[in-house]
Amino acid sequence: MTSAVDTPAEESARPAPPSGLLTVARAPGWVRYALLAAGLVVALWLPNGLYPAVAVDILCWALFAVSVDLLLGFTGLMSFGHAAFWGTSAYVTGLVAIHAGLPFPAAVLAGALAAALLALPIGYLAVKRTGIYFAMVTLAFAQMVYYVANEWRSVTQGENGLQGVPREFFGTDLSDDYYFYYAILPIVVLGLLAAWRIVHSPFGRVLVGIRDNPARARALGYPVHRYKLTAFVLSGFLAGLGGGLFAVGHRFVSLDVLHWTTSGKAVIVVVLGGIGTLWGGVLGAALVVRLEDWLSFSGFEAIGLVTGGIFVLVVLLFRRGIWGTVAHLARRRAAARRR
Amino acid sequence: MSGFLQNTFNGLVGGAFYALLALGLAVIFGMLRVVNFAHGAFYMLGAFGAYVLLAEAGVPFWAALVIMPLALGLLGMVLERAVIHRLTRLDPLYNFLLTFGLTLILQDLVKSRYGVQSSPYATPAELSGTVDFGLFDFPTYRVFILGFTVLLCVAVWWVLGRTRVGMVVRAATERPELTRAFGIDVGRWVTPVFGFGIALAGLAGVLAAPMRAVNPLMGADLIIVVFAVVVIGGLGSIFGSVAAGFGIGLIQAWGEAYLSDFPIVSQTVVFVVMAAVLLWRPAGLFGREEAPA
Repeated sequence: MTSAVDTPAEESARPAPPSGLLTVARAPGWVRYALLAAGLVVALWLPNGLYPAVAVDILCWALFAVSVDLLLGFTGLMSFGHAAFWGTSAYVTGLVAIHAGLPFPAAVLAGALAAALLALPIGYLAVKRTGIYFAMVTLAFAQMVYYVANEWRSVTQGENGLQGVPREFFGTDLSDDYYFYYAILPIVVLGLLAAWRIVHSPFGRVLVGIRDNPARARALGYPVHRYKLTAFVLSGFLAGLGGGLFAVGHRFVSLDVLHWTTSGKAVIVVVLGGIGTLWGGVLGAALVVRLEDWLSFSGFEAIGLVTGGIFVLVVLLFRRGIWGTVAHLARRRAAARRR
Repeated sequence: MSGFLQNTFNGLVGGAFYALLALGLAVIFGMLRVVNFAHGAFYMLGAFGAYVLLAEAGVPFWAALVIMPLALGLLGMVLERAVIHRLTRLDPLYNFLLTFGLTLILQDLVKSRYGVQSSPYATPAELSGTVDFGLFDFPTYRVFILGFTVLLCVAVWWVLGRTRVGMVVRAATERPELTRAFGIDVGRWVTPVFGFGIALAGLAGVLAAPMRAVNPLMGADLIIVVFAVVVIGGLGSIFGSVAAGFGIGLIQAWGEAYLSDFPIVSQTVVFVVMAAVLLWRPAGLFGREEAPA
């Protein structure tokens, strides 16, 4: 409490926007287009450089991370229970795909809608609290969903998990992960664009305003709770989109998708990538998924040691995250040049 | 009637563990504004430490009951100085994440050394058998847990309410700046209080060893329920946290006994109660309006 090490004042959980109250950090136009082009090129190349199955996981986790950042970075709410939406959608997607034989995008859509539906009551209750309480409340509700899935064996198959989720798409053979990657890429890009659109819309500006000064937002007449709830439901939908694709990608759903460690991992992916940077979450997802795959490939058992270690190190030493650090350095250079 | 009393007793015993853990969480939160996710991991370490001490060094239960809380309290103080301290000035969410990472590390350290299977721990001989309460018999060990926990909670309440140390802690909890302005060195008490909270978690773990399966994951699921308990009681209120702990223990035990066809009820009732409290009194039953967090 006293004599804490010197930390720059701007390093709070909700990074202060660089200028003005309601702005969202944006690089100059040509930089943004160059980055976007580079990102698309990397996305198109990815399954050629990595195991396609890992590339598929990266796409799913990218959506998951962005959904968490939408709340953490742009609304100032840390959901520690997003596995509830990711996992619920995984189960619903799996069940729809198995029992209705719909093409996989329809099953994923059903899953994501179910996640959004679940986000409504959970969000309604959770937005009554803020800060650390919000994290605890969401964590608790996610655990409740986990217990229900664990007990409801007739539907979820309990510990055995849902097996044989089909990759049905109008008879096209998508059993090869390489082709499946390209089949889901448009869906993931759409999801990420939707998140980007939300952040840069008038609605998104209000969210940032609420994040930075809830009292002022309320005084200006914005129904703060309703805005937070809308953001929560949208975020639940995006997390569900990722979870549904994850279920089809693995052809299998286990209780792990609802576990609290999954919620925690999503948060640390965002912190590693950079809170409030949106694309940072994509980077973080790529790094963490790749690292975990490499660890399990090399026969390392105690993955928790590594994930936990990343948690501790990132929180202690690297709170801006990758994207945040790069943006910070770029801004500093630009400011120096102006002087 | 005797069945009901027995269930009630069981509920109080289950609630005692929630109460001990919630008490530690609340004391730490009050002093440091830190929600310690690793609290469940320290509970696990307490139980595991007792098991390892007995199995590998022949140290009996009673010695473990003293050794483990002291050792873990010390470990907690070291952790507070080494890492947690560095983040207390920032948003509490960072320490939540940090202690989450610590939880994963502690769990995996134990898991990689001892595996995930549960280890048995014999009830100490002095506390085996049952106590005859006239209407029903009850295992001596459970009576001991309940009595011990209640004594401990009363002791903590007395220390906080009646001693100088308690006065400083309470003042620092309510108004840290003002307390400092009176020339009281608040920082001096931060580390001991954190260690004390951890010691309580370790103690709960040792108490749990003869009664519950000792395994590396025993603390993680429990701590999430305890989070719900402190949201119900109001984390800022020490009395509220303890009361909510016993209350949830009771409700769970009754649910288990009278709705045994629906095992899901006793597992999820705590979250349903939490939802109701959020609707009715968002700050918690004994909490004040939105404590600064």
